[in-house]
Amino acid sequence: MSKAKFKNPVVKWIDHRLPIFSFMDHELNHYPTPKNLNYFWNFGSLAGIALVTMIITGIVLSMNYTAHVDYAFDSVERIMRDVNHGWLIRYIHMNGASFFFIVVYIHIFRGLYYGSYKAPRELLWILGVLILLLMMATAFMGYVLPWGQMSFWGATVITNLFSAIPLVGESIVTWLWGGFSVDNSTLNRFFSLHFVLPFVIVGVVILHLVALHRFGSNNPIGIDVKGTQDTLPFNPYYTIKDLFGLGVFLTIFAAAVFFFPNFMGHPDNYIEANPMVTPAHIVPEWYFLPFYAILRAIPDKLGGVLFMFGSIAVLFVIPWLDRSSVRSSQFRPIFKIFFWILLADCVLLGYLGAMPAEGIYVILSRIATAYYFFHFLILFPLLPYIEKTKPLPISISEPVLSGSSPASAFAFREKK
Amino acid sequence: MNAKPYWFKIKRFIIQSCTILYLFFSSHICFAAGEKITFPKLDWSFSGITGTFDRASQQRGLQVYKEVCAGCHGMRLLAYRNLKAIGYNDDEIKAFASENSVNTLNDDGEVVEREARPSDKFVSPYPNEQAARVANGGAYPPDLSLIVKARSDGANYLHALLTGYVDAPAEQKIPDGMYYNKYYPGKLIGMPQPLYEDGVEYSDGTKATPNQMAKDVTAFLAWAAEPEMEDRKRLGISVILFLLVLTLLSYLAMKQIWAPIKNR
Repeated sequence: MSKAKFKNPVVKWIDHRLPIFSFMDHELNHYPTPKNLNYFWNFGSLAGIALVTMIITGIVLSMNYTAHVDYAFDSVERIMRDVNHGWLIRYIHMNGASFFFIVVYIHIFRGLYYGSYKAPRELLWILGVLILLLMMATAFMGYVLPWGQMSFWGATVITNLFSAIPLVGESIVTWLWGGFSVDNSTLNRFFSLHFVLPFVIVGVVILHLVALHRFGSNNPIGIDVKGTQDTLPFNPYYTIKDLFGLGVFLTIFAAAVFFFPNFMGHPDNYIEANPMVTPAHIVPEWYFLPFYAILRAIPDKLGGVLFMFGSIAVLFVIPWLDRSSVRSSQFRPIFKIFFWILLADCVLLGYLGAMPAEGIYVILSRIATAYYFFHFLILFPLLPYIEKTKPLPISISEPVLSGSSPASAFAFREKK
Repeated sequence: MNAKPYWFKIKRFIIQSCTILYLFFSSHICFAAGEKITFPKLDWSFSGITGTFDRASQQRGLQVYKEVCAGCHGMRLLAYRNLKAIGYNDDEIKAFASENSVNTLNDDGEVVEREARPSDKFVSPYPNEQAARVANGGAYPPDLSLIVKARSDGANYLHALLTGYVDAPAEQKIPDGMYYNKYYPGKLIGMPQPLYEDGVEYSDGTKATPNQMAKDVTAFLAWAAEPEMEDRKRLGISVILFLLVLTLLSYLAMKQIWAPIKNR
């Protein structure tokens, strides 16, 4: 650890007793980062900024929100109409959720493409999947709070999924609701959990960062950093690159917030919740659509629920499902093709989740679901046996090629 | 002996599963079974990123709302004071509010009526949903505060709906208290045709055709649903210009900082 020299006597005094300045200097300033990172490595810091934005706007919204079935809808409209710039805070929060998911999904697919989940970054990946799971729970409960028609019926459909659990399912649903239907107690507990879970996410994000800084970032060619010639100090090289990425992100985000704030929402959520009237077409928010498609693809309720949760659960174990020690898709020609098929498959699932569950859509949903699990459970473990990987460079700064094959890749793994 | 309740549970589970699955899928089936209704796309002054509301049209729209819609539809999220935003002054608003009355308590704790004030919300035509349904043959006239936001492509939909009353095809049976509207999902609507030629008399001399009135009331309701829209777009343009400059500067700074690395 490089001993930082601080000129300011107060900083020096504090740092001697509580080395936070040394810590920041080490982790944010000198932190050695591979010098070949591309723009896909911007999305981690963007996700962090999105999280902070959601927490700040969320705290302000909570100061004006009333978690009661009779007042929730009107309190949100009061924020939109009477609270100074309340519409801005609320539209940032509402669209921020969508943009948070966009950023995180890109971040995840970047990890899949460049093999960032492989040793020694398995825990880093697992913590990331945990964050995704917490985000989904938080987003789902947040969507219930405005108490519109989609809020209410979305909550009804999703909480009812737990009734598929044999024997105890119904008791669990009653327990989740705090009553015998989605009602005031449900709204209250969802508000409480929606407020607290983001701070749990912050905790897991900190662990995610600790795990990241243990070995540093992966990089586009996926080979380990061999020495200082392969890295750059995080500041100023990646602080400025992250700032530029943030500028691009915020410009697109602002365009949505100011000009198309309801584009990603559903008009029915501007109708107050009414337990007596079911909307014609219950759909979840767009970021849940691929999972919704998997749920509906299975003709059995319990099976659908298991496959839906399984589609997330499988992500936890992919560091061990993928048997190849070559990280980056750049050197895995077949894996690379299948990566794009997986991406297309997930987009297709998203589309199918928004379509009615009938005719061709059901058949396509089943094929797409089958492919999703095939990709992780069969392709990942078996591909290394048939795929001939391209030669890996010796190091990041000397891209000189050396021979590599599936056999040598395994040998490499065993040597470690 | 134990087998019976166990099987009963399984049967109940299956029935419930089917119910849930039915709830899940029936909505989609209904949705898909109905034919897709397309309605004319109008060129609204408030569409686009620089679009603003047309004050004259909004004021005519308020008149249509007041004289036609308000008989059955409330606008509970709007206060009379909000009308300042569409160009009315304090006295006009006070006069408009005072045409309505609200219940309040006097010093003796008795419920009494008083004139509505600018700070009051728009007074709804019915005291509650039940009263509204009884007065409208079981149908509930929805509150219009958010109607433009609460329908897909709301402004075009609303205009189409208000001008969509045509003669029903011969084979279409019209039940009592229902009306045929070619733009309403399912075509049968509980609301009778509200707009007729010269249904209102515009003070600015605009000819009150059903099409004109539909446009005006839609412009008014679009504002009612999104009163912040003009502020939002104006602020949006400044914010985006600022962000574009920031992004450009950070791009140039990045290029400069990275130049020695890239050229090595």
